[in-house]
Amino acid sequence: MERQPQTKARPGRSRLLFEGAEWDFATLQRTYAAIEEIAIGDLGLDVYPNQIEIISSEHMLDAYCSVGMPLMYQHWSFGKRFVREKEMYRKGHKGLAYEVVINSSPCISYYMEDNTMPIQALVLAHAAFGHNHFFKNNYVFQQWTDAEGILDYLEFAKRYIVKCEEQHGVKAVEELLDAAHALQDQGVFRYRRRPKPNLREQKIRQRERESYDAQHYNDLWRTLPRTVAPGEEAAADREFAERKKRLKLPEENLLYFIEKNSPTLETWQREILRIVRNVAQYFYPQKQTKIMNEGCASFVHYYIVNKLFDEGRISEGALLEILHSHSNVILQPAFDDQRFGGINPYALGLAMMQDIRRICTEPTEEDHAWYPAIAGNGDWRTTLRDAWANYRDESFIQQFLSPRLIREFKLFLVSDVAGNDHATVDGIHDERGYENVRNALARSCDISAVEPDIQIVDVDLRGDRTLVLRHAVREGVPLAERSRDEVVAYARLLWGYDVRLESVDQSTGQPLCEVGT
Amino acid sequence: MTAGTPHLIDRRLNPRDRSLGNRQRFLRRARAQIKEAIHKAVNDRNLADVGSGGKISIPSRGVQEPRFRHDRSAGRHSGVLPGNRTFISGDRIAKPDSAGGAGGGKEASDRGDGEDEFVFALSRDEFLDIFFDDLELPNLVKASLKEAYAYKPLRAGFTNHGVATNLNVLRTMRNSIGRRVAFRRPGLAKVGEVREELAELAQRDDLSALERRRLAELWAELEAMNHRRRVVPYIDPLDIRYNRFEPQPKPKTKAVMFCLMDVSGSMGPREKDLAKRFFVLLHLFLQRRYDRVDIVFIRHTHVAQEVDEQTFFFAQETGGTVVSTALAEMQKIVRARYPVSDWNIYAAQASDGDDFADDAGRCAEMLDAELLPICQYFAYVEILDPREFELFKDSHNGKDLWRTYQGLQQKWRSFSMKHVADPAHIYPVFRELFAKQNAKA
Repeated sequence: MERQPQTKARPGRSRLLFEGAEWDFATLQRTYAAIEEIAIGDLGLDVYPNQIEIISSEHMLDAYCSVGMPLMYQHWSFGKRFVREKEMYRKGHKGLAYEVVINSSPCISYYMEDNTMPIQALVLAHAAFGHNHFFKNNYVFQQWTDAEGILDYLEFAKRYIVKCEEQHGVKAVEELLDAAHALQDQGVFRYRRRPKPNLREQKIRQRERESYDAQHYNDLWRTLPRTVAPGEEAAADREFAERKKRLKLPEENLLYFIEKNSPTLETWQREILRIVRNVAQYFYPQKQTKIMNEGCASFVHYYIVNKLFDEGRISEGALLEILHSHSNVILQPAFDDQRFGGINPYALGLAMMQDIRRICTEPTEEDHAWYPAIAGNGDWRTTLRDAWANYRDESFIQQFLSPRLIREFKLFLVSDVAGNDHATVDGIHDERGYENVRNALARSCDISAVEPDIQIVDVDLRGDRTLVLRHAVREGVPLAERSRDEVVAYARLLWGYDVRLESVDQSTGQPLCEVGT
Repeated sequence: MTAGTPHLIDRRLNPRDRSLGNRQRFLRRARAQIKEAIHKAVNDRNLADVGSGGKISIPSRGVQEPRFRHDRSAGRHSGVLPGNRTFISGDRIAKPDSAGGAGGGKEASDRGDGEDEFVFALSRDEFLDIFFDDLELPNLVKASLKEAYAYKPLRAGFTNHGVATNLNVLRTMRNSIGRRVAFRRPGLAKVGEVREELAELAQRDDLSALERRRLAELWAELEAMNHRRRVVPYIDPLDIRYNRFEPQPKPKTKAVMFCLMDVSGSMGPREKDLAKRFFVLLHLFLQRRYDRVDIVFIRHTHVAQEVDEQTFFFAQETGGTVVSTALAEMQKIVRARYPVSDWNIYAAQASDGDDFADDAGRCAEMLDAELLPICQYFAYVEILDPREFELFKDSHNGKDLWRTYQGLQQKWRSFSMKHVADPAHIYPVFRELFAKQNAKA
């Protein structure tokens, strides 16, 4: 390790933290200290301790492929991601991220060695303070993830899976992981509240479970099978209701249910399902807060570098370089632009944060009408921190997307019904459209509304133990057939008995189609 | 709580292949498809490029990770888009095609079930590994073919770290002596003297005061000496020197490889594919041994012609079959462009074994008298279909060329021939070539 003694700002006339593009560890320390002063002292951020790691581009590719985590169990799908990313990078289709940051305590962030010093300053402010603050304070993260325990847990998961591979063969483990990965989007708790998870404890509990579970089967199966006499219909219905209660059906977390109730899985297989489920759950908050998270980090870096410049601590050249990559990142191409790839979370996020600041300090009449609570309160720091802590993308947009921004982005709402030869514009940036556009955009950020809604509704105990899944069809949008059939086959592999997937129209309750194994 | 000083860690020198395990898992998973892709790549690429690894594409089907996804081609979809210029509420936007998504952008192509090609790059090693799989090469040969450059370790001075086997005793001891002298480490002889005197004095019990003082001095001296010997070691890690070796590229020369092939109608795509693998293998071998490898393609029907690679493998030609014309052409080219003194000459001939009447005899004569004396190696494969292969299993039997060439095999060690109906049959043709190579290495 090449740690150098911390030095204060350089002696002499210049207050500049650095000059030119080259960086070394002393410069990083010095710049970090200056950034921290603003982040904590001025913005009032509250962060986990930082662990800052400098890596090479190969490491960055590595980090991408194990979903950004410093350690992860092995699976071919990560290798697939690796070869693809590498190819893209090699051909220059895609640059690498300047930085990757992990929701853990201490908060680990990786920085590329190729970054110039101005860029290092930018990403330090962005990741080590912006993202870090968001991870620590946002309620979704607080509620669903355990930053203290995640690294230990992944370490445990990695070891555990290696052990399983030794004991049961690489192939068996791979098959199981394939199946579990296919269901991982359905392996999270979306609606139910759950106590703050403690991953460290999970690790210990696993050992206890191993010995206990060895003999333990769910009571459920002991009374089976039993046929139903014609006169017992009513009793059967009662039994169904009682069973639903006992199994807490319907259940949205497919992996959880299968892990707890599958009649065929062995203990180690249940443990692996739990690992996949825990990892999926760990990432679920990130999916729900893309716009806010990036918005918060971008706002923080933008504020900090400008402040550094105002204080004469970075040069004009450095600021220009920073702003150059800043504006690349927050570019929002129009829908008919070649480069358009959806709403850019950096662009919208930053714009919304800056807009909140504007509403707090320089409100217009319109703002007073829309945001009486915060307009002109002058305290944008507290307002923003409060927003960062208590919302997720969906509610944040619902609450804070102002008419002014809708106009600025020229947002419009289009809907399209398959079979029609045209799409319809349902709202634009005008008086009548604001609400429509805002609601629709908020809805499109609600992961549980965007991803297919699939739940376990019944297990046919009277007969063949068939697991019944129900897809609630919204707006007549069915599941893509081929992937659906493959996933159902995987679900069957895990469950051990037949699995049936029924599609039911959400609003009318009408059954649409049914597939089974 | 504030963050305090950050924990800065330099990980740039950490091992870089953390994803290697995953990558190998992926390659294993997709092996069947990759194999097919490589097969195709070998056919499409230039002979000289086969060994360079590189990009391949496989259908993404087998390596897909299915998830429940919405079908974008059915039902009602809506979305918020930026950058409206002309639309107002209630406008209708014509869709680019009837199956499309919402009003332009990328969404239209984002169907639920995509079937894309998955493109990625294989390293040279990975590529060759799978290429060799079919050819059933022995492992030793595989390893030596994959090695891109041959190095020979050459002595290059001394170094102060290395492995025990490279320890240079002379240097080490020279350093050790110098240091011991400089630090005045008492030698064993010196200690012995003191000990002896001590023992002598200690034995006696009628010591004078002078002698008693001498005894005390000796004890002190011995103690000091022992201490000094402990503090100044006989051999210090500082003294140790190892021989240093530097890998030096082996001197290489140039080689020319002649590919001779019968392209009359009886050589179909399957035969040509096998022939190509045969040529590729020889080329890989030569590439490894020589700095520069030229390839000359000569095809023949009843006349022979030097052609480029494309024409060689893909053009169709009709006519009779007179093999000797190709040999004559090769002879002509050698004379004109590849003087034997400067070039190592290798030749590989592929044919289905048919030859015009008594031409086979002439071929054998030419080889025997003119070509084999100047060739390092001449390999002949007779490409048969599997049924014929069963028939000619006994190597004494064969078609016209085969029977005539048989005499040569006895006489020339540099001549090798084989029936081939399957990629796995190719390697034995070169067995001797590789055996020699490995014996040398």
